[in-house]
Amino acid sequence: MDGVHDMGGMDGFGKVEPEKDEPVFHAPWEGRVLGMQRAMGYAGAWHIDHSRFAQEKLPPTTYLGVSYYQRWALAMESNVTERGYATPEELKAGHALTPGKTLRRKLTPDVVQASLTRNSFYRQQQGPQRFKPGDRVRTKNIHPATHTRLPRYARGKLGVVELCHGCHMYPDSVATDRGDNPQWLYTVVFSSEELWGPDADPTIKISIDAFEPYLDPA
Amino acid sequence: MAGHDHDHDHHHDHDHDHGSELSETQLRVRALETVLTEKGYIDPTAIDAIIEAYETKIGPRNGAVVVAKAWTDPAFKKALLEDATKAVASMGHMSRVGDHLVAVENTPQRHNMIVCTLCSCYPWEVLGLPPVWYKSAPYRSRAVKDPRGVLADFGISMPKDTEVRVWDSTAETRFIVLPMRPAGTEGWSEDKLADLVTRDSMIGTGLPLKPSETK
Repeated sequence: MDGVHDMGGMDGFGKVEPEKDEPVFHAPWEGRVLGMQRAMGYAGAWHIDHSRFAQEKLPPTTYLGVSYYQRWALAMESNVTERGYATPEELKAGHALTPGKTLRRKLTPDVVQASLTRNSFYRQQQGPQRFKPGDRVRTKNIHPATHTRLPRYARGKLGVVELCHGCHMYPDSVATDRGDNPQWLYTVVFSSEELWGPDADPTIKISIDAFEPYLDPA
Repeated sequence: MAGHDHDHDHHHDHDHDHGSELSETQLRVRALETVLTEKGYIDPTAIDAIIEAYETKIGPRNGAVVVAKAWTDPAFKKALLEDATKAVASMGHMSRVGDHLVAVENTPQRHNMIVCTLCSCYPWEVLGLPPVWYKSAPYRSRAVKDPRGVLADFGISMPKDTEVRVWDSTAETRFIVLPMRPAGTEGWSEDKLADLVTRDSMIGTGLPLKPSETK
């Protein structure tokens, strides 16, 4: 969706301000939010792209106005209620009013260490690899109203395939509960002039990782 | 933006606080955790363990050790650039690294920088959790359009003829920059070299420390 989360190339946000000796968490509740997100993911309650999509659907003023982990918490509340794991009344009451649904598994302290390793997103290929490194491609000019990982600044642009990462589950499909729908994944590199016009600094190159459905031959 | 991009919440007393001092966010997060626990979905002690792991074990030292090894062991460097997941797993010094890690090498001709314009994708296993600035609107918006300006915010000026390559992490691939080994470190041990490898040098918004910059 064309949301405010898709920030690449926007102006006006100001300087990057690194914080000296930044703590891992700025308040204990931030750690609880991160931990709950990991635990619910481990349990199979939803996928990472459901979390991203829930954040993208926040009103733009909310998305920009709250902190990072507040955004996570709001997205988690959406996924909990919309996917039927608890009701808004229960969140408001701060207590369960009915028993929970059955989940695939539960994260317990003895398996935390193992759970911190990233899952593989590789999936069995469904068709032949259409592009190879060196191929010229044009990204599609698409504007789906739902979750996509093709950023606005790189739509309808001419690029070159640099790497192929194999076949991965497809976020556009996963986030809308249409299954893994595996797709080939490529690193596609663009010149800065292609993305930002003739006045752009020609020594800059930008790449995205693009799923095959985002690409046409060029 | 930075002013409200993170919440300077000074109630650092999650476990023994007074009700009246709880912020709305704290109350909502606590309610969520209670409900998910009572529903049987989560175990709060597992969440304690996750927090402890990110606060004490999983941080940029993991990546620094990888970089230092690549600086001293050409066969490892080659393997790292070919398949970083496999190469890092072969070191066995940390828990297994998940799939899709890609190492990109800085050279005199090319400087690499990592960003996630759409959310906050970051190589947690080798760098820990991302800093606030990495997840902030200023970085996410500008890194792909004005990376030299972003580098200037970090006090870094790249030579005009050096290519700056920005990698937008738009899928589940995760990138780590292999910075250039600083001059004057011939014969150094991997351990000593790892002390030069800053977090930002592995994101591409910084450079490794020079020998003169260490204690």
